[in-house]
Amino acid sequence: MPFPLKTVTKFIGITWMPLLLAVAIVGCKDKTSEYTEIDDELAMQQLPDSVDYSFHIKPILSDRCFACHGPDKNAIEAGLSLNSAEDAYAPLGENKDRYGIVPFDVKNSEIIKRIFTEDNGILMPPPESNLVLSDYEKALLKKWVAQGAKYKTHWAFMPPQPQTVPKLPEEDWVQNDIDKFVLKKMEEKGFEPSQKATKPQLLRRTFFSLTGLPPSVEQVEQFTKDTSENAFEKVVDSLLNTVAYAEYMAADWMDVARYADTHGYQDDFERTMWPWRDWVIHAFDKNMPYDQFITYQLAGDLIPNPTKESILATGFNRNHKITAEGGVIPEEYRIEYVEDRTNTFGTAFLGMTMECARCHDHKYDPLSQKEHFQLFSFFNSIDENGLMANASEIPKPYMTITKEESQQVLDFINMNRVESKELAVMVMEEMPKPRETFILNRGVYDQPTDLVSPATPEAILPFPNELPENRLGLAQWLFQKDHPLTARVAVNRLWQKIFGKGLVESSDDFGNQGALPSHPELLDYMALKFMNEGWDIKAITKFMVLSATFQQSSAISPEMQEADPENTFLARATRIRLSAEMIRDQALQVSGLLNEEVGGPSVKPYQPEGIWEETTGGGGGTTATYVQSTGEDLYRKSLYTFWKRTVPPPSMMTFDAASRDLCTVKRQETNTPLQALVLLNDPQLIEAARALADKSVQKVGESSDAQIRYIFQSATSRPPNSEEMQVLQSFYEDAYSKTETGALVPDEYLTIGEYEATSKIESASMAALALTAHTILNLDETITKG
Amino acid sequence: MGEKKILLDNAVNLNRRAFLGKSALGVGGLALGSLLGCNFYRKEGELVVKENNAMGIKGILHAPHHSAKVKRVIYLFQSGGPSQLELFDYKPLLNERRGEDLPESIRNGQRLTGMTSGQDKFPLVGSNFGWKQYGKNGTWISDLLPYTGKIVDDLCIIKSMYTEAINHDPAVTFFQTGSQQPGRPSIGSWLSYGLGSENENLPAFTVLLSRGSGRPNGQPLYTRLWGNGFLHSLHQGVQFRAAKDPVLYLNDPKGVSKETKRTILDNLAELNEKQYKEFGDEEIQSRIAQYEMAYRMQTSVPEVMNTEDEPDYIYKMYGSDAKIPGTYAANCLLARRLAEQDVRFIQLYHMGWDQHDNLPAAIEKQAKDVDQASAALVADLKQRGMLEDTLVIWGGEFGRTNYSQGLLADTNYGRDHHPRCFTMWLAGGGVKPGIVYGETDDFGYNIVDKPVHVHDFQATLLHLLGIDHERLTYKYQGRRFRLTDVEGHLVKDILA
Repeated sequence: MPFPLKTVTKFIGITWMPLLLAVAIVGCKDKTSEYTEIDDELAMQQLPDSVDYSFHIKPILSDRCFACHGPDKNAIEAGLSLNSAEDAYAPLGENKDRYGIVPFDVKNSEIIKRIFTEDNGILMPPPESNLVLSDYEKALLKKWVAQGAKYKTHWAFMPPQPQTVPKLPEEDWVQNDIDKFVLKKMEEKGFEPSQKATKPQLLRRTFFSLTGLPPSVEQVEQFTKDTSENAFEKVVDSLLNTVAYAEYMAADWMDVARYADTHGYQDDFERTMWPWRDWVIHAFDKNMPYDQFITYQLAGDLIPNPTKESILATGFNRNHKITAEGGVIPEEYRIEYVEDRTNTFGTAFLGMTMECARCHDHKYDPLSQKEHFQLFSFFNSIDENGLMANASEIPKPYMTITKEESQQVLDFINMNRVESKELAVMVMEEMPKPRETFILNRGVYDQPTDLVSPATPEAILPFPNELPENRLGLAQWLFQKDHPLTARVAVNRLWQKIFGKGLVESSDDFGNQGALPSHPELLDYMALKFMNEGWDIKAITKFMVLSATFQQSSAISPEMQEADPENTFLARATRIRLSAEMIRDQALQVSGLLNEEVGGPSVKPYQPEGIWEETTGGGGGTTATYVQSTGEDLYRKSLYTFWKRTVPPPSMMTFDAASRDLCTVKRQETNTPLQALVLLNDPQLIEAARALADKSVQKVGESSDAQIRYIFQSATSRPPNSEEMQVLQSFYEDAYSKTETGALVPDEYLTIGEYEATSKIESASMAALALTAHTILNLDETITKG
Repeated sequence: MGEKKILLDNAVNLNRRAFLGKSALGVGGLALGSLLGCNFYRKEGELVVKENNAMGIKGILHAPHHSAKVKRVIYLFQSGGPSQLELFDYKPLLNERRGEDLPESIRNGQRLTGMTSGQDKFPLVGSNFGWKQYGKNGTWISDLLPYTGKIVDDLCIIKSMYTEAINHDPAVTFFQTGSQQPGRPSIGSWLSYGLGSENENLPAFTVLLSRGSGRPNGQPLYTRLWGNGFLHSLHQGVQFRAAKDPVLYLNDPKGVSKETKRTILDNLAELNEKQYKEFGDEEIQSRIAQYEMAYRMQTSVPEVMNTEDEPDYIYKMYGSDAKIPGTYAANCLLARRLAEQDVRFIQLYHMGWDQHDNLPAAIEKQAKDVDQASAALVADLKQRGMLEDTLVIWGGEFGRTNYSQGLLADTNYGRDHHPRCFTMWLAGGGVKPGIVYGETDDFGYNIVDKPVHVHDFQATLLHLLGIDHERLTYKYQGRRFRLTDVEGHLVKDILA
């Protein structure tokens, strides 16, 4: 959400919504390529009293001006850089008699002249750039110059600042410090918190937020009855201690680490990286502190006294794609792999788009091409090949894991279903002598220019002299006390996981083009708390969940829908759709089909026939044909679904799973017709509906009323109300009668998938009940966290 | 969330006047209307679904940047790298100098693939097949393509295509997304995003696959080639298959009749509506509408794929393969039917053009797969008056070398990948018919006149649809991305 909306809101309050939206439109225009003329007169009267560089000006300069007048020193037009005060105030032109910006002097500031001119020859931004400034933005720039054109360091490059927790008179609602920050913002906007969620809704949301699974009917009943003061906290503590929590956290990390079971290009051969995935589950399970978790993955081979476990963790940096396409030049692809590690490091830990500085200096952020390759050099000293020779090659370097080790030092690796005596897993291993790194002209593999040595971007935090110039030093740099990004980026992503959206909405970009934090003070408070309290992931997660902010109802009034459609100010809980994994796992869980085995080789659940076969080439290997799993393996959690990168599982992709081609820290959230088709017709769901129907008979006996009620409760975590029961009962009866007319054929409908119902009820009743369950599993509420 | 917000902003922009006048309307309702293509909107608090609205899903562009020449595209992608030297680019010199080594002055530092870089000789080889002149201009076309020869006056043949990539994965990805490395949206997704759909019952971007007989085990395809990248997944290509499920998950479960299905949807809608009343979340309304769209697709997809009603003369035109589902010929016929339904971008992939060895035998079969049906498609569109506003594209990801890969035998040879020159053809609205554009040297190795880069081709394609390739952008991770990245020049000379 662009800034003008937020500031202006402060001045006009909620009754002025039409006006507010007019401003929002202005602010949003940067998101489209079309800049329609909009009359901003009303908005202009609402210019802030004091214009702030970080919040008002830089978003405009970065987005509309920096491409030619920004950090990329090789792309500077007319000698003018607006990147810093020093550059912007400097004299210009042959005679050095003109100035881009003269503080307090609008008349002599060239940029103001040029943005207001009607002469297309000198207009800025130039018409051919297809970029436009709105009247409101021009007025802001003018006022900023008039007020002295003060520059500030980018907020995200300053270390998090200790915050005073706001003192508020009305604090009944408050559960912990989070709420004080949130409430203060709400009060500034004239908003009020929503009422507390009902107990069933809260429990459902908490279960999904901490384990990716719904509560059972019994768990909801128990929680509803428990009136003790710490009832909720007890639940939270117990959930954080489940292995489901660890699996759920790991599922998220798979996107960050671009984990897959195949190499990702062309014939897309199988690889064995799942022992690394098992390690991730293990690390979350024992609540490994975030600093150690990351240090192991970046440099587990370089820490003092490395262990098999710490070396396995470095598989993180080998999850990138690797080509086996016969014709390629190995060095070209080796460079791509090192680039991938560099960019993953940038996105995952710094929230910076390092890839933008590969071919030239970054256009928006103070990252030079040289700094890109300095960071690159940390990842460049692996003795690896750019090209795999064939399907069976394990790209070096790798480690081996024996069955014995999986019972001792690596006892978190599930080798129960592994036939061979040992496994080989790709890991990082430093060459005896580091490979020299050169800046690559335009980023091209065969155009080296200047030699560089390992270092980190100056603008973020210079690399301390005392640290070793290797991946271990790099990890230590990340966890320096005054590092401005590491804690903010990590805590923001955890916040995104719990609340649906980060305090910085662009969780993948903390740079100049990224979103500004909606609650900057809270972000810093959380970052410092995380850092100072031992990078304890479970503790910070618990802190978020115990806040009153988290525990609000997700109902939206029409007024709030208009005032804060994206729920930036957290005056309610965001109603979040379940992820691809959760949708399938929930169906398995409520139906009793879920196989709770942890770890091990990935499995192949139901998938439409032929989709691997119709795209495969002649390379052969195990990924040419999809050999569907059978029995219990059909019911593993989606975390364990085999991930073929070039043809990923279609039902999961339809629900916005990441493709795993590149590091992803934020998935899309879409709502499409193909999703309806999956929920209605995927055998996995239909089979689960039948199993759920079957389970209901066993749980509550022969009354269809009780069965329907049980099914509904299982799927939505709450009892149906009388209206809903009416609809479902008549649906059930209608379905039953359809078995007589042939519109519903039990013998066919009840044989989809391997599961066989065990209840002794007639097949017409079972079909009607399964169809009812099938419908309930399709409810919007069922695929929502609550 | 990104693009959803854009669509929302766009809707708000579009409707700003109405909106400001009537703020009770609610942002969500408007946005959803444009998102879904199901054309529903709120009127005095009530949800109204517009029936029979021809507009379909709106694109991000309120209006084209300039007037469009075509409304839709059929892209016949020949996957694997067809040899221009056996099909379109007639080089008698290569027959005259057969077996001689490629002069270093011609090769001029060209990068080789790992497959021939170890060869110590590069023996020139001309086509094993004959050539004839066709059409008003006497254009040379190989005897492998007799049907294509007959429609040459409708074609704009570009002999001077070149690319930067030299291997399949990066080269196909480059053609389809503008970038060699995976992750960006494909052409069809860009069009869906920019222009939207004109049919509310079918996806704007459909994909049809077939396997060639030239090299049945050839190069693979990847679903990311029709992926939406960072765009909203509504813009992803939807594969239409010659399988039980013509679209993944399209078929109702066995034992469930259409009538029963309708009952499910009605009950779902009723229960979802109650949920909406309680929680006020516009996503719920959107969900209801998506189920309706899915329901309509269940009728419209089988309808369009059922070609039984096509008359015999049509099957004669496309060839006997057209009756076998999943063949290239059947897909060409389907492409015409999808075009009739105003599907915006219809992408075919025909695999099997990667003839490193045994080229003569393989390419003969491969050419036979595609020649008659490709020509029939153009002729069929023409006879229906649809060629005027449809663009048909034929071509692969790169060309092949003028020298033999491996041993040059009396009647046998192979050719390696060649990025420096290859041939494509275009036909349809906005493109000059009956011309040959660009020229290669007598060795068929370098372009000597009017080179056309992949990004130029993409820019021109977008132009024909009314889009300025520099102005159809999407901001992702702080950067404005476009199909043509930072390059691309319109090939003005081929525009009618």
